[in-house]
Amino acid sequence: MSEKTIQLVIKRQVDQNSEPYEEKFDLPYRPNMNVISALMEIRRNPVNAEGKATTAVAWDASCLEEVCGACSMIINGKPRQSCTALIDQLEQPIRLEPMHTFPVLRDLTVDRSRMFDSLKRVKAWVPIDGTYDLGPGPRMPEAKRQWAYELSKCMTCGVCLQACPNVNSKSDFIGPAAISQVRLFNAHPTGAMHKAERLETLIDGDGGLAACGNSQNCVESCPKGIPLTTSIAAMNRATTLQSFKNFFGSDNTA
Amino acid sequence: MSVKQNREFFYRRLHSLLGVIPVGAFLIVHLSVNYFAVRGPEAYNQATHFMENLPFRYFMEITLIFLPLIFHAVYGLYIAFEARHNTSTYSYFRNWMFRFQRVTGVIVLIFVTWHVWETRVAAALGTEVNFNMMAEIVENPLALILYIIGITATTFHFANGLWSFAVTWGITITPRSQRISTFVTAAVFVALTFVGIRSILAFVG
Repeated sequence: MSEKTIQLVIKRQVDQNSEPYEEKFDLPYRPNMNVISALMEIRRNPVNAEGKATTAVAWDASCLEEVCGACSMIINGKPRQSCTALIDQLEQPIRLEPMHTFPVLRDLTVDRSRMFDSLKRVKAWVPIDGTYDLGPGPRMPEAKRQWAYELSKCMTCGVCLQACPNVNSKSDFIGPAAISQVRLFNAHPTGAMHKAERLETLIDGDGGLAACGNSQNCVESCPKGIPLTTSIAAMNRATTLQSFKNFFGSDNTA
Repeated sequence: MSVKQNREFFYRRLHSLLGVIPVGAFLIVHLSVNYFAVRGPEAYNQATHFMENLPFRYFMEITLIFLPLIFHAVYGLYIAFEARHNTSTYSYFRNWMFRFQRVTGVIVLIFVTWHVWETRVAAALGTEVNFNMMAEIVENPLALILYIIGITATTFHFANGLWSFAVTWGITITPRSQRISTFVTAAVFVALTFVGIRSILAFVG
């Protein structure tokens, strides 16, 4: 056993209600590994650093190319995707933790339902269904499409919520991801027909747009480089205007 | 806005607005009047008497200072204790400002309560507000240090609050405008801190 090894320290948890604990693993090194392949190695041979048999570590993954967001976890202190976390670039021992802003289901698996519920809350889609054929919508200028594409890169991974000091058990803040989606769908020529409705979802209810405290951790942490704080400020302006329209009364439905 | 709606958006925006107008505006007036102390006791006493004898003084004190200040402070405490600070993991500049804004907010609340007790409440109970009153307070070196901390916390909270006011109302949207706004508000902080500390030092022997 003189071969090179990888040391992992994993924060584990049996289920949602149990206390977390740490478990160490020493794995044989192979070139070009990422955190996912290290976790797969544990699954193949679930033995911890003390040589005792243990249960395989649970984690989530899907696309393995950083577009689905499922494999997000805290790696050496910062939330990121484990598929693009290359072992060769990480300081050892590599510490893996679940994104504890979300309910931890087991080990590194978290429940990101709140993010999908937020997308429903803000109506992050373009409604095209009707009782008759509505025909083609307005064209989107190419320059605007390219701009909107950057916002559409959001994969609902949860890193921005994990990094946000105002997303926690004491606050209902919706988080940056959904706010940026309002900006995206309000910029779409057909989506813009429901602009006021989406802005209202950020004004009404607990933990809307106003609960942002401008720590700007989200924009620093976003793995896709989405200009989240620009989106938040843009929505601040849009909701300011919308609330004036609502109160003083002028063309407030669209 | 209809009645059934949640008021958080309104309260947060009101909190942001009141911090600048009238509370922030009052802070600038207050610090400017204090600066008369640099010109000597006579100039200072004249200035405070002018302020004391303003028409509608009590009405203005209540509507332009106390009510907005109390709302800003109480709602601000709620906001401050809602955050779970994480500057050890995310030690970015803005995250530190986020933290300092909440810490200084609490410091300012304690400082202002003490300061109002010692000056405004004392005045209501019959003490005359003049140069000597402040000179006696800051004769105690501990009080002077607390005043300097309190003034600096206040000017920081105001200047950084101006920055987030501009973001909250959607005035500065682009990263560039927010960066320039950081420099402008930093200059406001330096200038007001200078005015505040120079004035308080003028009361020292």
